[in-house]
Amino acid sequence: MAVLTEEQSLLRDAARTWTQEKSSVSAFRNMRDAALPLGYDPATFAEMAAMGWCGVIIPEEYGGSGFGYLGLGLILEETGRTLTASPLLATALAAASALVLGGSEAQKRRWLPGIATGDLVATLAVDEGAHHAPRKVALAAGRNGEGWRLDGAKAFVLEGMAAEVFVVSARTSGQSGDEGGITLFLVAADAQGLIRQSLKLADSRGAANLAFEGVEVGPDAMLGEVDAGWPLLDQILDRARAGLAAEMLGTAVQAFETTLDYLKVRVQFGQVIGAFQALQHRAAAMFTDLELARSCVEAALIAIDESSPDTAELVSLAKAKMGETLHRVSNEMVQMHGGIGMTDAHDAGLYLKRARAAETAFGGQAFHRDRYARLQGY
Amino acid sequence: MPDHPAADPEAFRAEARAWLAANFPASLKGRGGVMMAEGGLPSEPDIRAWTRAMADKGWGVPTWPRAYGGGGLAPAQAKVLQQEMSAAGAWSPIGGMGVMMLGPTLLEYGAEAQKQRHIPPIARGEARWCQGFSEPGAGSDLASLQTRCEDAGDHWLVNGQKIWTSGAQWADWCFCLVRTDQARKHEGISFLLIDMRSGGVETRPIRLISGNSPFCETFFTDVKVPKDNLVGPLGGGWTIAKRLLQHERGGLAGAGRGGLTAEPVSDLAKGYLDLDDAGRIADSDLRARIAGHEMDLMAFQLTAARSMRESRSNSGPSAATSIMKNAGARVAQDRAELTLEIMGNQGLGWEGEGFTRDELAAVRGWLGGKAFSIYGGSAEVQDSIIAKRILGLPDPLGQSR
Ligand SMILES: Cc1cc2nc3c(=O)[nH]c(=O)nc-3n(C[C@H](O)[C@H](O)[C@H](O)COP(=O)(O)OP(=O)(O)OC[C@H]3O[C@@H](n4cnc5c(N)ncnc54)[C@H](O)[C@@H]3O)c2cc1C
Repeated sequence: MAVLTEEQSLLRDAARTWTQEKSSVSAFRNMRDAALPLGYDPATFAEMAAMGWCGVIIPEEYGGSGFGYLGLGLILEETGRTLTASPLLATALAAASALVLGGSEAQKRRWLPGIATGDLVATLAVDEGAHHAPRKVALAAGRNGEGWRLDGAKAFVLEGMAAEVFVVSARTSGQSGDEGGITLFLVAADAQGLIRQSLKLADSRGAANLAFEGVEVGPDAMLGEVDAGWPLLDQILDRARAGLAAEMLGTAVQAFETTLDYLKVRVQFGQVIGAFQALQHRAAAMFTDLELARSCVEAALIAIDESSPDTAELVSLAKAKMGETLHRVSNEMVQMHGGIGMTDAHDAGLYLKRARAAETAFGGQAFHRDRYARLQGY
Repeated sequence: MPDHPAADPEAFRAEARAWLAANFPASLKGRGGVMMAEGGLPSEPDIRAWTRAMADKGWGVPTWPRAYGGGGLAPAQAKVLQQEMSAAGAWSPIGGMGVMMLGPTLLEYGAEAQKQRHIPPIARGEARWCQGFSEPGAGSDLASLQTRCEDAGDHWLVNGQKIWTSGAQWADWCFCLVRTDQARKHEGISFLLIDMRSGGVETRPIRLISGNSPFCETFFTDVKVPKDNLVGPLGGGWTIAKRLLQHERGGLAGAGRGGLTAEPVSDLAKGYLDLDDAGRIADSDLRARIAGHEMDLMAFQLTAARSMRESRSNSGPSAATSIMKNAGARVAQDRAELTLEIMGNQGLGWEGEGFTRDELAAVRGWLGGKAFSIYGGSAEVQDSIIAKRILGLPDPLGQSR
């Protein structure tokens, strides 16, 4: 565990208490069973916002607390433990990062205070296909008088039905796959010609596909520089990935602890199944993996807070190691529970489904191993 | 007609091909996997006709004796029939736990009257059976089961609870392990056939993580069972159950074989992933893992073929089925994980728009397949059997069973 400042410790403790009391796994299950249209309970999210969680990475002058990414990561770890469904990652981390890193003074003033209070939900709309491939931008942005006109599609936008504003990557020159020629835009969800389709996912969280049919935006919609959006997008994505890795850490830790508890109580052959070395050794190996993954996640968050030059490597390291660990722990959670782990009434399935969705989002293990190698120059 | 009519399996090939050509309805070609889904077969006229034809011929259970409604084929002929059926896209409409588990066990251990009563309906696909083994407190340690069976003079009286009983809500009959002696663990277990329509039988479906409810909690409250329904001697159920579990494992090893007939994941990958100019999957990480999986599948297939050749006698499954069960479960589960990864975001759908039928089926199949390494004896239990019975290593639990 990283050495925390007093503020960070308080944040984490508050998050732990609140998630355990107000947003347990059964709350998530109720949300799922109620099939809430947004994939989260707005009342729950309002409580989170009221605790200031939406403003953790937003500077004070725009309504936030400026506690940084490690601070938000601590909260996400706790929400990940109980599978709390909310747009916290999408809006307060990913979209907020886009504005903090790339927004003009006017854009920050316009959007950040709303995000910080939770009144406004924003999200990234980046991928266009089945796989995370942020350079593959075909959605076209053409000059339209003073402003721009957007045509194309975005796939699998997290919290896409809840969002009122999208941070959209668009192509202003070059070809899909090129780093040059990508430009970011802020597009309101109610813009003419923007059509969204809700997706029902295995993890019951909110997502949507978007179609842009001649969506017109003004000159003030452009985020950052024209054609030069790639380095900005890459940095925004790294923040989202690190935050997601923190959430995954909590998910994996809880999946592990639930399983460990079961090993201590389930009796077969006259002893608790945790007495069998075949299971003991696997539990020990998982615990080791979790410790290693935690180090990577914390290092990535701290690197972002310190603007360290090796941030990108550390983020890919964290997302890949965390993905591997969560993959393994979520499978073992089902296996070590036996028949009960296969039932919908047990939590194991909820963790398993969330695990794959989180692994896939913002690049899976293979994506980040490849990126790590490239960043190291091989 | 006597069993094993044609000595030459190749001579039999022509007969099988001609019969299939005459009897298998073209409309059912390649639909086997879909048709055998939960709840039994839909009542399309073609399916009913095909089921009747197969039942009359006995080819749903090709190696069972003709006297009980089987096909009376030699194993080599049954293999030829299997080959001809896959070549024709044909599939057996007769299956389930009666075919896979109870039939072979009853043929070995059942009394003549029990065989005559129960095997023909299984062979014709008319009786659905479920397996009442597991209990809340008795899973891997099956022999600790507690469902009580008392001698009530002219009948048995059964009280207790089973769990994870696949298909219990649709079953006509249940083959059940019950405790007839409290004092002795293994010798106190008997093997009983229970009519699911008996008074006092109640089933409550349990939902799986994949969303469907193919299994149940099954409660027995003062259920009266005729004395004739005891299979084997009183207290002899454990030996029979172990044999039945070998048949189950042998059948479940087929989970891996399922991957042999389905579309190779490498073909699927070509539709979802970028390819380089030479047509190779550009993601070298995923490509290597796809190749690794397809090698595992090939190794599994070769081992299945080799063990078939090497089992000279027709003595049925052995402890080695544990190897195939684990290997088969692993290949099938790896395939499901790779399929999801290949599909990416499209492999995360649950229902509704935005996903193809195949994509949604892949997600449900991935979840349902997590049970391959749990039922029929978990992967860990199979490994213990391999260690004890094949490798001769000591049993730390001292069960020596
Ligand atoms: C989909 C599905 C269908 C099923 N259908 C049927 C059915 O039709 N009829 C029926 O009777 N049963 C059925 N079962 C039950 C199945 O056989 C049991 O779930 C299985 O035997 C495991 O028992 P358990 O669930 O009690 O797990 P447990 O025995 O409690 O095992 C929990 C974990 O401990 C491990 N473990 C246990 N003992 C050891 C050991 N000595 N060493 C190392 N690890 C150990 C197990 O491998 C597992 O990982 C079904 C199960 C599923 C999931």
